[in-house]
Amino acid sequence: MNTVVMERQPVTINPSHMGFIDCDIHPAWNSLAELDEFLPQRWREHRAIIGTRARKGLAKTQNYPRMSPGAGMRMDAWLPDGACPGSDLPFMQKQLLDLFNVEYGMMLPFVGDERNVEFAAALATAANEWQLAHWCDRDRRLKGAVQISIEHERAAIAEIEKRAGDRRFVQVQLPQRGLEPLGRRRYWRILEACAANGFPVVVHIGGEVHPSTGGGWPSYYHEEHPSYVQAMQNMVTSLVCEGVFEHIPNLKIVLVEAGFGWLPSLCWRLDKAWKRLHAEVPFLRQKPSEYVRQSIWVTTQPIEEPERPHDLLSTLEWIGVDRVMFSTDYPHWDEDDPRYAFKAPLPESWKRKIFHENARTLYGLD
Amino acid sequence: MSRHVVARVDEITPGACKIVTVKGREIGIFRVNDEFFALVNRCPHQGAQLCKGALVSGVDSPGPGEYSLTRPGEMLRCPWHCWEFDIRTGQSWCDPDSVRARTYAVEVEPGATLAKGPYKAETLPVSVDQDYVVITV
Repeated sequence: MNTVVMERQPVTINPSHMGFIDCDIHPAWNSLAELDEFLPQRWREHRAIIGTRARKGLAKTQNYPRMSPGAGMRMDAWLPDGACPGSDLPFMQKQLLDLFNVEYGMMLPFVGDERNVEFAAALATAANEWQLAHWCDRDRRLKGAVQISIEHERAAIAEIEKRAGDRRFVQVQLPQRGLEPLGRRRYWRILEACAANGFPVVVHIGGEVHPSTGGGWPSYYHEEHPSYVQAMQNMVTSLVCEGVFEHIPNLKIVLVEAGFGWLPSLCWRLDKAWKRLHAEVPFLRQKPSEYVRQSIWVTTQPIEEPERPHDLLSTLEWIGVDRVMFSTDYPHWDEDDPRYAFKAPLPESWKRKIFHENARTLYGLD
Repeated sequence: MSRHVVARVDEITPGACKIVTVKGREIGIFRVNDEFFALVNRCPHQGAQLCKGALVSGVDSPGPGEYSLTRPGEMLRCPWHCWEFDIRTGQSWCDPDSVRARTYAVEVEPGATLAKGPYKAETLPVSVDQDYVVITV
């Protein structure tokens, strides 16, 4: 049956959808030149004369044309003057922060996967200063994610230590699809530095270093969209099986924009295999699911929509309601709106945790 | 139900939209060639301002590798999640069984007729030598 739903009325938002903590917001620059004010002269000249060289298959474009102009933006998030979605604080306040009276917003900028590691480190530092100057210091609700160049260990650790204790930063952002799976030992010292300095590690989907599926390049964006979920499964599996959580038990990992419906079944499979293959990975003293349960947090967008909406509640219970945090993904085209994201009603105590308390506890927010 | 004069015919060019507020609700008035359509400015999926989306064509395919465009400019694509709606009926292309965007009856009337009433023309002065878009809300 067709149902006619919802006339457009002046916006009044149910108080239960207000004041949440948003764990995925994308601030953007219109041009990389906007980082110039935070780059040393040497790298300003490099940017202007030589430019960036990203680890990716194609130059000057993404692998797939995404829905809507600008590689997957919410079309009404473009500014009236044509500036990029996410590039203007007042507009972001109007469309998100003030509209919902967002309590805190976790910013995740995209700096790019620069091959020149010295330049990459300079860009990361500049992007950190840019987050502070243009966002955190202008709206105290916005929290930064420390950018680093993961292939430049010394600079990365220095950057993490430099930002430690600055409460405008709440986490360190690492790539989902780097040169090697994130659990590999080449990354352990960086992971150790994150944990030692009290930063959770946030991993947002992305990266075009390798084909987007283990089986090679797909044909359609519709195929690429779920391939980020597969990449997140690979990353979780790598972190568990390499023994990262045994080595760094206080490491906290936040998975962003891969949904979460897949996590329980991945844990079931890992647990089953662990019983049989334990001799190969004797350093894993706990079941894989126990490491995941202790060390991994998930954000909700793009939320799964099971055929029977209430099945989502079981999935949330399997993961642990204290490990799930709400996220919008503003200003991207597939963002979630807090009013409509959950197709099944959540118990009040779950809502409090998912929309507020879990992020507050994890990030130590006031 | 009442009838409302919402636009002069010549102020909406083909492919364009005028958003009006009638009885407290925002409604987008679209023109495709010489036909006019009216849809509520609210996506039934997640509440975005639907009428600020793009008018696109339908795409049909009998099988992989074959495509044809149908009904140019008659599908309205929401600016948020790109759900598409038939501008004539409001039917959702991707979830036709459960959601529909509200549509309103639209007619074009000469000003001479309108001057006789009874129409609510509170937002628009009517002149007898023009044609007007009238919607029923």
